[in-house]
Amino acid sequence: MDFMAVQTEILILLLLLSTLVTDLAMAKGASRRPVAYLTAAGLAAILAHTCGLYHEGASPVFYMGLFLADNYALFFKQLFLLGMVFTVLFSLDYVERCLPHPGEFYSLLLSALLGMCVMASANDFLTAFTGLELMTVSFYILVGFRLSSADSGEAAVKYLIVGAGSTAVMLYGISLVYGAGGSLDFAAVSRNVHLFTAVGLAGVVLVMAGFLFKLSAIPFHMWAPDVYQGAPTPVTALLAMASKAAGIAVFMRVIFTAFPYLGEFMLPLLKTIAALSMIGGNLLAIRQTDVKRMLAYSSIAQAGYMMAGIVAADYFGMKAAMFYAMLYVFANIGAFAVLSVVDAERGGTSRRHVTGLSQAAPMLAAVMTISLLSMAGIPPTAGFAGKIYIFTATVERGNLWLAVIGFVMSMISVYYYLQVTKAMYRDLEPGEETLAEPLPVPSVARAAALVSAAATLAIGICPESLAVLTNFASQTFMQ
Amino acid sequence: MFDFALTHAWLIPLLPALAFLIIGLGTRRDKDASAKIAITFSGLSFLLALGVLGAVITRPIVMADPFVMKTLWAKVGDIELSMGVLVDPLTAMMLFVVTTVALLVQIYSVGYMAHDPGAGRFFAFLSLFAASMLGLVLSVNFMQMYAFWELVGLCSYLLIGFYYYKDSAREAAKKAFITTRIGDFGMLLGILLVQLTFGTMDFVELKTLLPTYIWETGGGILTIIALLLFIGPIGKSGQFPLHVWLPDAMEGPTPVSALIHAATMVVAGVYLVGRAYFLFSALPVVLEVIAWVGGFTAFFAATIAVTQRPFKRILAYSTISQLGYMMLALGVGSLTASMFHLMTHAFFKALLFLCAGAVIEAMHEEADIFKMGGLRERMPVTFRCMAIGVLAIAGVPPLAGFFSKDAILAAAAEVSLPLYLLATATAFLTAFYMARLLFVAFFGEVKPDCPAQETNAWMRWPLVILAALSVVSGAWGHFAGFGEWIFYGPVGEEHIDWLIAGTSVALTAVAFYLAYEIYVMKRWSAYEISRRLGVLYRLSYNKYYVDEFYTVIRNTFVDKLGAVLYWFDLHVVDGVVNGLARFTGGLSGVLGLAENGQVQRYVAVFYCGVIALTAYSLLIAAMLLAVVGGAF
Repeated sequence: MDFMAVQTEILILLLLLSTLVTDLAMAKGASRRPVAYLTAAGLAAILAHTCGLYHEGASPVFYMGLFLADNYALFFKQLFLLGMVFTVLFSLDYVERCLPHPGEFYSLLLSALLGMCVMASANDFLTAFTGLELMTVSFYILVGFRLSSADSGEAAVKYLIVGAGSTAVMLYGISLVYGAGGSLDFAAVSRNVHLFTAVGLAGVVLVMAGFLFKLSAIPFHMWAPDVYQGAPTPVTALLAMASKAAGIAVFMRVIFTAFPYLGEFMLPLLKTIAALSMIGGNLLAIRQTDVKRMLAYSSIAQAGYMMAGIVAADYFGMKAAMFYAMLYVFANIGAFAVLSVVDAERGGTSRRHVTGLSQAAPMLAAVMTISLLSMAGIPPTAGFAGKIYIFTATVERGNLWLAVIGFVMSMISVYYYLQVTKAMYRDLEPGEETLAEPLPVPSVARAAALVSAAATLAIGICPESLAVLTNFASQTFMQ
Repeated sequence: MFDFALTHAWLIPLLPALAFLIIGLGTRRDKDASAKIAITFSGLSFLLALGVLGAVITRPIVMADPFVMKTLWAKVGDIELSMGVLVDPLTAMMLFVVTTVALLVQIYSVGYMAHDPGAGRFFAFLSLFAASMLGLVLSVNFMQMYAFWELVGLCSYLLIGFYYYKDSAREAAKKAFITTRIGDFGMLLGILLVQLTFGTMDFVELKTLLPTYIWETGGGILTIIALLLFIGPIGKSGQFPLHVWLPDAMEGPTPVSALIHAATMVVAGVYLVGRAYFLFSALPVVLEVIAWVGGFTAFFAATIAVTQRPFKRILAYSTISQLGYMMLALGVGSLTASMFHLMTHAFFKALLFLCAGAVIEAMHEEADIFKMGGLRERMPVTFRCMAIGVLAIAGVPPLAGFFSKDAILAAAAEVSLPLYLLATATAFLTAFYMARLLFVAFFGEVKPDCPAQETNAWMRWPLVILAALSVVSGAWGHFAGFGEWIFYGPVGEEHIDWLIAGTSVALTAVAFYLAYEIYVMKRWSAYEISRRLGVLYRLSYNKYYVDEFYTVIRNTFVDKLGAVLYWFDLHVVDGVVNGLARFTGGLSGVLGLAENGQVQRYVAVFYCGVIALTAYSLLIAAMLLAVVGGAF
């Protein structure tokens, strides 16, 4: 039992407990900002600590190989931590003003984070499932956290119902895989020839359905728009970047370690789903007027892009998907930081609410634009580099058609992303003058937004800086 | 100290670029702060350039063995694109010239733009302009040079169109940008061919590869490459027939004209040929083309300048003419003479333009020299500076122009008699039209309603410094051994061919005398002369109708073709695109219908997905079973 393997998780757990205790110790009705600062500082410290955990050679494992702390897992944990730190920072005011029980909010965020970290490191089906559920259950609560809003409650219930269905399917799939494979361990399952029977294959696809639900890939995406729109804005941000990345992390590990020999049968399926997600997500986003809902559809498309990287099924594709997941985090931080401020100040996130933002808060409008351009894949933002990596990997494996779909759909996506920019920058019509009044922007949110935009541009201009890390993590994974 | 400057040469373009960012993002609305920032950063960059010059002299760094620092910027497939600095005497000289002129122009602009509300923007653009030019000068390969080359073009567009509310300024900016873009296109083709042929765009590598390549395969493709490359300089350096943008470029504020004409944009073309001289000089055919383009342009522009009336337009044609000289020098094989003239010309042409700015500002935007007169008394300092500039460009010894022009004439005489005669005739015309400019504007009676007064100190001191440089830079270059410093091939002997020099000085004297008699003493009527010359005069006055010719070409070919293409675009392309957009939008609407907010529907779709996946897996299982025949 190498406790060093689970040190990140232990630290997060300790932080979770201390936020709970701090929250309880504070007077009723007092501002919960100290809890937020504690969370942010703790997460930043853990993030800094994890930087020293990258290693050459064998990775530490915990409890009979159930839990593997390799560089690959570490990369994703850092990604979650990064997303979480920024979310806590940019949503300080939002949480304080719009949510009841802000103290508990942070504890729940941390428990979701713990779940994600477990997912990233999981080396067998049961551990993966445990992590997944820890994250998902936390999110059920978080989505419904805005008690004053009926939308929030509705979203939570919908998420719970559809999510429960997905959990059931996945658990059933795991039991079938166990029945056929005789083990829950990824590596052991991969070596069992009985996986190729009807029972085994059915189990495999059911497990995949569970993960694809997390990725909100088509046709398992129906929950996403309603939930994204109804959830408190910071929670939507986490659903889009962290929850999805956690799904990607465990999905890739399962594909590459538990089902590596099924590639020939499964890849056509996954390619179809990637293509469907890219097409459907982008097409559906066109008609949306609510920016959060638009981003929900766009996130379906983004899942499609990442899957296009995964189905290249080699080191290049994996590296591209990881790279993309990371840059998508920064793009989301930027976009949702702006939306949180707009939501808190103007009481909504539709295109109407962001109108005139270029005059009310020019900096926010600029960050939003940069983030959206990154999602659309326009140079010199990070999204361009990310898409280049993904589609290069796709083309090199002979899936030109998939890349072509990606290109065309990226072009279409520019339309709806720029609709938001247009709303922010267009001249105001008579009667809209109030929209030009300066918007008070909390300084922490401003800083978080700026840093994310700067990171988006920096990665776009010098992609090597991030690519080195993803190369290293995916190379050690492949060994 | 010098070594520090050398190893930090990359800071030279970066500092003004930083000033651009600071002003552009921050202090744009604050005139004084913007001016201070721009001048401070330019000053630092000037000091560094001096340091580089010192390093090149003391180390010493010679033409054959440049100092190179570069870093990988991007890697696309097998092509590695580097950015960096290449320092040899040529670079050092250019850095010195560009930073000096840029700094002085910025100081001058403090006075010139004092009452302009857009001064902050102006300083931002000036800084970017200087940064682009310095980056171009330091380039290590064709790609970097091309990038900065385009940046220079962009800046010229921004600055010429600085008074964007004036139609003429907008038109001039567009004209400058589009005309030079025509040249850039040819140049880009040339650069791509270089990469395809040699697999590298690096100057140092190309220089070592070239002799073997020529020895092995001859010069066929190289000639095409070099001619394509040369189209860029034809556009940028205002050579015939792409010179038409340069006279219009004076629509920008006058300090910009000084910067464009003297130190930055137009000499970029000459510099490119100089930088890639290892390529051009290896191809006699190309050299001949360059020489004739240059020689013809020099003469052609000089004949136009003789009849023009606006102050700055005369100077503009004189610039074209002088650039022709530089090209001619390159064409006849003398890198030394060309670069020498580039340097001296930068000083006296900047001086002349800044004087023009002072005069035109003092005259309340009156540009016609025949509406001036007697300014000698009203603006004594400006007059003296102007006089120095005129004497320098006319090649009166011992001012700067004498030495550099003599070097070009001597080089031309060695190669070709017709070119030498052309250049000498140009020298005569140059002296004549510059004397005309000086005499008409500054001598004679003061016009009764003349508002002119001496300029303020911000504008005066740069004039004085440039005047000093215009006096000494030629002699300094001549006696300090410019030719042993910047050269290509065998070292040129520094000597003055007294026959050639004497001829040109005598012609200059005659030209001055004629101009004096016509415009000051009024012994002969200028009107009468122009009437007698008839067709010739009208041709010159109307700039040989080149602009009109282009208009006709455009109207008959481009516009007609445009109309046809527009119809095609409107009805066919747009039809397809709009149809696609409508289709996509409609599809989006149809697909969106599924999302009806009912959780029952959501779960149903989810399970449909699950069922589809399961069906697929069972299908696979059945196929496997069929293949292995129930072995499990």
